[in-house]
Amino acid sequence: MNIYVILKRTFDTEEKIQIEDGKILEDGAEFIINPYDEYAVEEAIQLREEHGGEVTVVTVGNDEGEKELRTALAMGADKAVLIEDEDVEDGDAFSTQAILAAYFKEQEVDIILGGNVAVDGGSGQVGPRLAEKLDINHVTSVIKIEIQNDKAVVEKDVEGDKELIEVSLPLLVTAQQGLNEPRYPSLPGIMKAKKKPLDTLDLDDLDLDEEDVEGKTKTVDLYLPPEKEAGKILEGEIDDQVKELVSLLKTEAKVI
Amino acid sequence: MSKKVLVISEIRDGEFRNVSFEAIAAAKQISNGGEVVGVVIGNHVGDLSKQLIYFGADRVLLVESDKLEKYTPSGFAQAVQTVVEQEDPDGILIGHTAIGRDLAPKLAARMNSGLVSDAIAFEVVGDEVLFTRPIYSGKAFEKVVVKDGIVFATIRPNNIASLEKDETRSGNVQTVDVEIKDLQTVIKEVVKNTTSGVDLSEASVIVAGGRGLKNGDNFKLLEDLATVLGGAVGASRGACDADYCDYALQIGQTGKVVTPDLYIAVGISGAIQHVAGMSNSKVIVAINKDPEAEIFQIADYGIVGDLFDVVPKLTEEFKKVLV
Repeated sequence: MNIYVILKRTFDTEEKIQIEDGKILEDGAEFIINPYDEYAVEEAIQLREEHGGEVTVVTVGNDEGEKELRTALAMGADKAVLIEDEDVEDGDAFSTQAILAAYFKEQEVDIILGGNVAVDGGSGQVGPRLAEKLDINHVTSVIKIEIQNDKAVVEKDVEGDKELIEVSLPLLVTAQQGLNEPRYPSLPGIMKAKKKPLDTLDLDDLDLDEEDVEGKTKTVDLYLPPEKEAGKILEGEIDDQVKELVSLLKTEAKVI
Repeated sequence: MSKKVLVISEIRDGEFRNVSFEAIAAAKQISNGGEVVGVVIGNHVGDLSKQLIYFGADRVLLVESDKLEKYTPSGFAQAVQTVVEQEDPDGILIGHTAIGRDLAPKLAARMNSGLVSDAIAFEVVGDEVLFTRPIYSGKAFEKVVVKDGIVFATIRPNNIASLEKDETRSGNVQTVDVEIKDLQTVIKEVVKNTTSGVDLSEASVIVAGGRGLKNGDNFKLLEDLATVLGGAVGASRGACDADYCDYALQIGQTGKVVTPDLYIAVGISGAIQHVAGMSNSKVIVAINKDPEAEIFQIADYGIVGDLFDVVPKLTEEFKKVLV
């Protein structure tokens, strides 16, 4: 099987966000594979273990993304592709869609896996957008995948309900938490990863002009939420605290 | 300039979801004196259509087919595409729900348009609409405009107030004929989640538990409290990882981001990933036996104590007050 994973390098979820000159400060921040994309990498490797074939991980971003691609290779992916998008103006989900679509039009694909959402931008658009442009089926928020010949039976999380869906390949799915438990890269895996192929492409390689990928949306402001002040810690006997709390919620906070 | 704005509504278990009415309220402002057109997609759902008018839509387009009984990306995309071609709208709004998140990007790609996902607020400035949306799960916010073309956004439930229901309003309900081609996905089975009646993303009250609950059975305490308050039960990542409950309940940077009126954190320490998912709740209550727990830093009200003592008492006290 030709198995592809689209992944994004994101801030570690432990990181606090700081803004300077209208930009998110990246200095010194830890980066990781977007946690939802990590489920996708794991599932891709499991699919290959079961059905054979090759796993290629693809990211769009700057050259720092090599680190996350190498991590995915160390987990067990076979090949990696880094597509540089540094010249893109107002890059947004449309831009990433356009770049990935240009790349995938040249590939033979059975399944593409991605994360349900990235924990930074949080739009969750790229997966369904890409599937539409490649004219293939998609299922978002997947918690189980089984492939039988040219069909997949997937379980989709729908806000807590589960849908069992039968869909034909080629297919794009986005991973929801609960799909699997991503493995840690092993030491031999890390050693091997250094020698696995990693291609770097730019817009020219994909026959794209800057205007083909310019974002359709623009961020005009960026700000942090107001610092929340610590509230009131109640005191006294528990029974009295409970009464006081209910009364405060009713009369002061007015939420019940 | 006045605009024509479509609202793609969503029906769940035979009723419109509140976010459909919230989206109509948003569309009303964005239309700037133009027209708000509700779109209803399904099978045998025509009777519901008037509701959209009562909540502020000027007219309704009804797309019905047995192939639209359940949501599928290809079926619903064909339905919306037909409506869009007929109406040529200036804007489209959809709820940021499981369906909205799945459908909107597919449509945006088909129309070669931008899309603002998960908007929690907006301002109409001249001809532009500035949408506010959380990034990093609410650790920061951005304001986004669609540069040109159609104003297309998904609206997070429970953030924009719907208009008062007005049953004296009237408007035209028109059926749109769509020939739905073969659906490429077959939904073989739907397994309903029976643990909570109220959807986390739309709940106005959430009672969430962490590792302090010690095991899954003890989540019953939270369910009792949530039931009294008409709320939903959520959980921290710690509780989900420890298998106390399903990942569907997880609130945090991985998991759901929620903004209820009242959030009661029970036995939750307040790790940054969890806080990202709930810190924009209107009122936060923390119950934890550790007075140093981080969660107290963001709580409006805190009780330092044993949750197994506090929670049942709280449930009883709410019962008294709310009856």
